[in-house]
Amino acid sequence: MTFEKTAKILAEYKDIDVSEISLDSTFEDLGLDSLDTVEIVMSLEDEFGISIELDSSLKTVRELVELIDGSL
Amino acid sequence: MKIIGTGSATPELVVKNTELESFLDTSDEWIRTRTGIEERHIHDGNLEGLAAEAARRAVENAGLSISDIDFLICSSVYNRFMVPAMSCVVQGLTGAACPCLDINGACAGFVYALEMADAYLARGRHRNILIVCAEEPTRMVDWTNRATCVLFGDAAAACVVTSGGDDVLFRMHTASNIDVLHGYNSAGNCPYDKSGRTGEAMSMNGQEVYKFAVSSATEDIRALCETAGISLDGIDHFVLHQANLRILEAVRTRLRQPVEKFPHNLEHYGNTSSASVPLLLDELHRAGKLKAGQRLAMSAFGAGLTTGACLLTW
Repeated sequence: MTFEKTAKILAEYKDIDVSEISLDSTFEDLGLDSLDTVEIVMSLEDEFGISIELDSSLKTVRELVELIDGSL
Repeated sequence: MKIIGTGSATPELVVKNTELESFLDTSDEWIRTRTGIEERHIHDGNLEGLAAEAARRAVENAGLSISDIDFLICSSVYNRFMVPAMSCVVQGLTGAACPCLDINGACAGFVYALEMADAYLARGRHRNILIVCAEEPTRMVDWTNRATCVLFGDAAAACVVTSGGDDVLFRMHTASNIDVLHGYNSAGNCPYDKSGRTGEAMSMNGQEVYKFAVSSATEDIRALCETAGISLDGIDHFVLHQANLRILEAVRTRLRQPVEKFPHNLEHYGNTSSASVPLLLDELHRAGKLKAGQRLAMSAFGAGLTTGACLLTW
């Protein structure tokens, strides 16, 4: 469920189809730089009602999903 | 309180992104896409000369002479003087004869100085207060660190405020977080000091600062409008701290406002710390873009972390 919601937010932000996003996608693959990542994280915080501590080592959708699950 | 004069002074030396490519592993494209910055001004001498020039221009623009100024507040995060305060140096250079003090509100310093001036004026013992923001963040950063040194530029900008006009609303906020943005200084050689402290260039977690800046600027501006009983559409100019174009765009998008209401000049100056808001104000004022009766929302954010926002009628 976390992945689906995350993928939807990523797809909306980049205006791409959600099918293009997998757990193994890297932010670099998706054309997201460090500030795009913050925007995504802020949207996810609103969506899940959580607070996520940003870590610049965050590179993949899988790591992001794990970070959210750990904050729920 | 009302602002009756503005002035600024920027160093002659302009350093373009492409010049930074020669000694940093960075590129014009990288800097532009992530910050919007194209070039910055860097002084090669002493900051106080710029500060005094900005002060003189603001006083002249207000139609006053320096003897009309009865209080001087200088916002300066860092400069070569440990003592005296930069405001005292500026007093001497401009020939002002009033009491002076410095404040350090980091990049939000201008709004803090403005709020102080508003309070002093409300007490009724001062007529004209000069605020001078003089900053040299280029001296605070490590020039081998491409993540920070490309972001900053030096500048001085000033304004004169006086009583009268419509009420000005302020919203100030501090959320202490040293880890995400700090620099350490060191001086003296106290033999009892066991801290082992040494100076350290500024360190910044850009992602956390972005998050704080976007959410607090958005919230502060919304809250001020609500207090004033006006809609966001009733604001004519949103004058934000010029740190990063991406931050301005993120705030603008959240407030659903058109691009023309979010003026910016950071492409030419980079982040000039507390000088950025009055520098942009001066540019807008001299270009005739600020009309009497227009509403301005100002918002600045920086190390602390701290924010200051204000709503005023020009």
